[in-house]
Parts: sequence; structure tokens; C-alpha cells
Amino acid sequence: MKNLSENTFSVPFGPQHPALKEPENFMFTVDGERVVDVKIRLGYVHRGGEKAFEARTYTQGLYLVERICGICAMAHQLCYVNNVEALIDIEIPRRADYIRTIIAELERIHSHLLWVGVAGHEVGWDTLFMYAWRDREVVLDLMELTTGNRVLHASNTIGGVRRDLTSEMISRIRKGMKLLKERTNYYKAMIPKERTLMKRAVGVGVLKPQDAVALCAVGPTLRASGIKRDVRRDDPYSAYDETPFDVITYDGCDVASRVLVRVDEILESIKILNYALEHLPSGPIAVRLPRGVPAGENVSMVEAPRGEDIHYLKSNGTDKPERYKVRAPTLANWPAVGAMIKGGYIADIPIVLAAIDPCMSCTDRMTFTEVNSAKSWQWSRDELRRYSLKWRGK
Amino acid sequence: MAMQNELVKSLAKKPATLLYPFEKYDSIPGSRGKVVIDITKCIGCGLCIRDCPAFALEMVGKGPTCDMKWYITRCVFCGQCVETCPRSAIIQETTYDLAGAEKAALVIEYKRPKSS
Repeated sequence: MKNLSENTFSVPFGPQHPALKEPENFMFTVDGERVVDVKIRLGYVHRGGEKAFEARTYTQGLYLVERICGICAMAHQLCYVNNVEALIDIEIPRRADYIRTIIAELERIHSHLLWVGVAGHEVGWDTLFMYAWRDREVVLDLMELTTGNRVLHASNTIGGVRRDLTSEMISRIRKGMKLLKERTNYYKAMIPKERTLMKRAVGVGVLKPQDAVALCAVGPTLRASGIKRDVRRDDPYSAYDETPFDVITYDGCDVASRVLVRVDEILESIKILNYALEHLPSGPIAVRLPRGVPAGENVSMVEAPRGEDIHYLKSNGTDKPERYKVRAPTLANWPAVGAMIKGGYIADIPIVLAAIDPCMSCTDRMTFTEVNSAKSWQWSRDELRRYSLKWRGK
Repeated sequence: MAMQNELVKSLAKKPATLLYPFEKYDSIPGSRGKVVIDITKCIGCGLCIRDCPAFALEMVGKGPTCDMKWYITRCVFCGQCVETCPRSAIIQETTYDLAGAEKAALVIEYKRPKSS
């Protein structure tokens, strides 16, 4: 990379770096301690998941889609079943909608608690990390009780859910939520007073509201910049159309706001859970469907814990999808990370990166960029093969 | 020192972690663990193999006389085979400690009793 002046240096960060949990490469141009520019290189954990969908039936795809991300497993699976059910054009039982909402909110609580812990860890406050992860165990145990798995829940099927909630499970969830509400309220009161976190978070990684919109940020990152946008409210799926809840926003536009948004969202999720448990309709939990999906295409959106998750499905009428495309929330947040890091200090890079709750392997795609014209495009394997044959033949 | 109350409270509590493998975690009922096939009920239709997302089941032989193999290393413990089986020949137990040191021990064979 060409230096901007004699005073600037290029600092490579990753793909293997102690501050990053997943391999990704960032090239920072720095002037002293200040970051002048950042170039993000994705693609170290490309797994070819989208292609793998084309070789699997819709039933097998159910479990593959969860493995896009171990933490947003339910969000990805919900997006997948919404797509397939829309193509089959079928209404699923209302009880299944409510159970999906309950599991999705449990997952949001677990993801946000995990993130609060990671944020504490990144600023060197490991006590918060231990406490947040201890509380997360409560949710993971509830997940195991309701779905059978702690992560990768496998709770949905095409046409409903796989396991019903018994009255014992409901009372256990209620008990767990009571405990978590108490603990989260405690963190909420404690975090703004605790200098260990606030000194590292206030005014760090600023993302102005107009930048957040222009750079297409999603989820808590966007809401911490004061923009009220949430798929659950704007385009409701499952039982969110009947569930009252507030979209949490903060105006700080910095890492501290991103912490507070997530802590408040945990409380909001507990509210949604309690409402859903109280208004859980009776009836069947799934409908039997014929194998195979009619030809057509569909796009569905789900609010994953990290932001808006978009899936596209194209079916050709067989029992396997013709094309499946995933836009995970982290991919949408990368451009915003550039804006957050520029002008900040090198030492703040780990917490700013962690603040978007990045999930690298969800994000990796094979994209070709032509350096001279800065043109970018994506190729399928056949197109790539055709191009290589043509180029070699020259 | 915003956490002092929490710190004092934790002093009197026992650790949140367990000393596995000496102390074992009681599996929660309904937890998805070991896959067990009742081979006498199996009719060899192969539906479980068609639906398995991880290619963890294998049929040895054909039709009603087949034997079944379950690969622990491939299984993702989703329980789809249990749901698919038309004869309810497959059940899922809550056993979770399935790790082994040898790869050969991680393939479980369900063989039909020899008819005399």
C-alpha cells in the first residue's frame, strides 16, 4: 500500500492476530497513533455454503443453514423456513409462530449476553466477561430444555416447529427470565457508572447517523446511532405483529451506546418472551407438507441479534434449491467499520471491531475486484471455469 | 468498584463450573444425544439416509435384511432421522459423552440378529 505521506505507516492486522477470534485481514494506514485509512480483506473463512445448498434437499438444507452462524442459528433457520413456506404458499399454525418467536428471543438474549462479555474482555474487564457468560448459561440451559440443543437448536421444520412447549418448560423459562431480568437491570445500572468500560467506550468508534444510513449499517450498530430501524417492527414475521415491544435507540453513536442498546434489548426480549408465553395459543405445532417446492423465487428478512439478515431462494420445482443466497448482518456492517475506525487510535481498534459483533465466516463470499477500475463482481464456478478456459486459450 | 456487591456475594458461592470428567453434568431430559437404532423394527426403506444432512447413517445390504451403521464423527445430532423413520425404529438418547480416542470406535454398527 502506498503511504499517504512520509509520516504514515501501513500496519497489517490479521488474518492471524490475538485480538481477532476469526481470521480476517485489515490493512491500517496510521499516522503516529491515529488511524488514517483502513482496507478490509475478507475471504479467509469462505466455506462454499451457498453452493452446498444446491446439492441438498430442502430438509437437509434446514440444518445446513443453521451452520452459517453458530450464534444466529435460529435467525438464519427462520429466514430459510420463511422463504420455503412462502414459496409453498402455506400458513403455519399460530402456536408454531409463537414458539419460533420465543426461541428467536432466547437466542437474542444469549447472543447479546455473549457480546457484553466479549466487549468487557476486549477492554480488559474480564470480570464482566465472566459474569455475562455465567448468566448466558441460564439461557443455554433453557435452549437445551426447549429444543434439545444448547446451540444449533434445530427447532424449526418446514411447516412449523419440531417440539412443543410443555407447561413445565414454560414455568422454567419464566423462572429463568426473572433471574436474568434482575441481573440485566443490575448491569444496566452498573455499566454507565463503571469507569473501566466507560473510559474505553465513550466517544470511541463514532458513527454519525447520516453515515450509518449512507453506509447501510444494520442492527444494534445502526440503532446506537439513533436510527429507529428493526425488521421485527418494520416487516413483522412470526408472531412479532402481535407482540408489543419498543425499538431501542441511543444517540451516543459510540461504543458505549452500542453496549447500552444491547443491554436494553435484552430487557426488551425478556418483555417479548413474557408476552409470548402468556398469549401462547393452543393447537398443532406443525402442518404436514408434500416434499418438493414449486418453482419461483422469494426473499425474506429476519432481525438476527446482529442485525438484518436477508436470504434469497430460487426454486426450480425439484426437491433441491436452484440458488440460495445469504446476506448475513456482519457483511452489511463492514463499510460502517471503516468510518468508525478512521480518525481513532490504534489501541481502540479491537473494541471498535468487536462493537459490531462481527461474525466473519457468515460474511465471506468470493468476490473479484479489478484494481484499476475498482469494479467488483461475483462469479459462479461455471462462469469462472468458462473465463479461465477463454483466458488460457488466448 | 461498581461490582463490589456481586464480588462479595460470589465469595460464599461454589464455582459455577464442574470438574468434568470426575463430575458429570446431568443431561436435561429431551437433550439430543446418542442415536440408537432398533434394527428389528427397521424395514430398510432408506428414508433416514435420504434426509440425513450430515451423511452420518449408512445402510449395509439392502431392504428388510440390511444392517445399519451410525458415524458419530459425522453426526450433527439434529434428530431428523428420528422424525423421518416411518416405523419409529430410531430413537435419540440424552447420552452426550461420546468422544473416543480411536476412529474405529466412533462407528456404531446395528446388526440384525442372525435368524436360525
